[in-house]
Amino acid sequence: MQNVIDTANHIVAYAAKAARVQVIAAYPITPQTSIVERIAELVESGELNAEYIRVESEHSAMSACMGAAAGGVRTFTATSSHGLVLMHEALHWASGSRLPIVMPVVNRALGPGWNIWADFTDSMSQRDTGWIQFYCAENQEVFDTIIQVYKLCENERVLLPAMVCLEGFILSHTYMPVEIPDQEKIDDFLPPYKPKWFLDVNKPISHANIVSPEWYMEFRYMIQEAMENAKQLIPEIDKEYGKYFGFEHGGLIDKYKCEDADLILLTMGTIGSEAKIAVDNLRKEGLKVGTARVRVFRPFPREEIRKLAENAQMFAVIDRGISFGMEGFLAEETKASLSNQKDQPLIAGFIAGLGGRDVTFKTIEKIAKKSSEWMRAGKVGKETVWVDLRK
Amino acid sequence: MLKEIRIHGRGGQGAVTAAQLLAHAAFIEGKWVQAFPYFGAERRGAPVKAFVRISDEPILVHSQVYNPEYVIILSPELMQVMDATEGLKKDGLVLMNTTKKPGEVNLKGWRIATVDATGIALELGLLVAGFPVVNTSILGAFAKATSEVKLESVLKVIRETWSGSAGEKNAKAAELAYERLIKGW
Repeated sequence: MQNVIDTANHIVAYAAKAARVQVIAAYPITPQTSIVERIAELVESGELNAEYIRVESEHSAMSACMGAAAGGVRTFTATSSHGLVLMHEALHWASGSRLPIVMPVVNRALGPGWNIWADFTDSMSQRDTGWIQFYCAENQEVFDTIIQVYKLCENERVLLPAMVCLEGFILSHTYMPVEIPDQEKIDDFLPPYKPKWFLDVNKPISHANIVSPEWYMEFRYMIQEAMENAKQLIPEIDKEYGKYFGFEHGGLIDKYKCEDADLILLTMGTIGSEAKIAVDNLRKEGLKVGTARVRVFRPFPREEIRKLAENAQMFAVIDRGISFGMEGFLAEETKASLSNQKDQPLIAGFIAGLGGRDVTFKTIEKIAKKSSEWMRAGKVGKETVWVDLRK
Repeated sequence: MLKEIRIHGRGGQGAVTAAQLLAHAAFIEGKWVQAFPYFGAERRGAPVKAFVRISDEPILVHSQVYNPEYVIILSPELMQVMDATEGLKKDGLVLMNTTKKPGEVNLKGWRIATVDATGIALELGLLVAGFPVVNTSILGAFAKATSEVKLESVLKVIRETWSGSAGEKNAKAAELAYERLIKGW
């Protein structure tokens, strides 16, 4: 084991190295840049034995990754914001081709107004592409999740690509301690990728071919099935990882003091970490509050949300993103998960931290207090609240 | 106990590196740490902020530092365009790179410590692209002013970060700043 201290972006590079990725194709974009810079250095120095393909755009990066993954090797890329949305078409091709590509996404706002800071709208707007999506709250979790996700995606019951999302600057450029396990132990947990099939000039096959209406639905159904399988496997892999290396991150949802909570703050990313401080402070004031940090957004942990709803009177959902014309992404999915359920809790959505605006534990306490007022009144005052909106 | 530090400098002065080195020094002393910059549109000369947290427990907070225990000012003229002491705790401390003595610094209500880090850099020929390097030496002064980290830890991370003569020169600057720090209390 090696105790290091570094930015989450560099930790991503070390995780790629620890996972022994074989092909990297990536295009730099702020705030992802220091990931690919460090990986390029690792490849150049020979510390990482991999092919680094330089490409002219993110669309090409994903296309190159698809070619490599179809060739049967472990494949890696990373992007952010406009780079991710430029990839959009290729994202569908990657999941439809059932290629287990892993891609850290350093969450950044979309322009205009031109903004390089944290916002989940980039990856959230890709939620229907058939990619698994993880959201991290700290540097250690970033490392651990990348290793876990290769094991998940390469599982025959899954065979889907995954995004590992981390907030721009808040995590990407934040320097914190991380334990990197011994390589032999990682190799034992994550053995080399053994593809079920791969493109081979000696045994020519065709893939991603035309599929007529007679069969297209069945292929789609298999992706949905794979997502359901992933939902089952994610907590198992997280537990197994915990046994190996001592770090677990809550499986699908990282729950904190939810058991007896009347009010649950549903969060994602670093807001979920900061919310733990708010929960501790509010509990001192006698408020029975907990926080559930949704770690996996696709597949969405519908059953776990339902379980949380059984004992809670109210959910306050905090979203660092907005689906224009509706509400926050997590608020939408939470409500959808609870439809057809008896005795639903009240649900209020809070839009906070767009474009990197700081969400402090004090802000979260304010959200919780407002929600608790509504909980006592038995009625939500506003469906969606824009937190600290300037007039 | 969580201690928060805010470093003010100008683009190119190495405020971000200073934050990382300070966190690293506390880390090797067994503390939980965090260091991060506030990123604006980075450009040489523009005001830059960087933050450090040092704690005995894992750090969950990810938002910026608003009420620091310590403020480090690499460029005293920044005080003309911004309030570097904003939110500084009542029993807080300001460490400033200046030729002035603490009593001559126009700040009231906090402990003030000063060191001529620019002078030390010029004396040692510690220059990068013609600019005096003050971000390493100021950490020596910080160790003396606050005892939050040991000078030896600061010197160790400096030598680990830069090998050879660059490391030695930076370490020497930190030692000189440690010796020459003037406490106003």
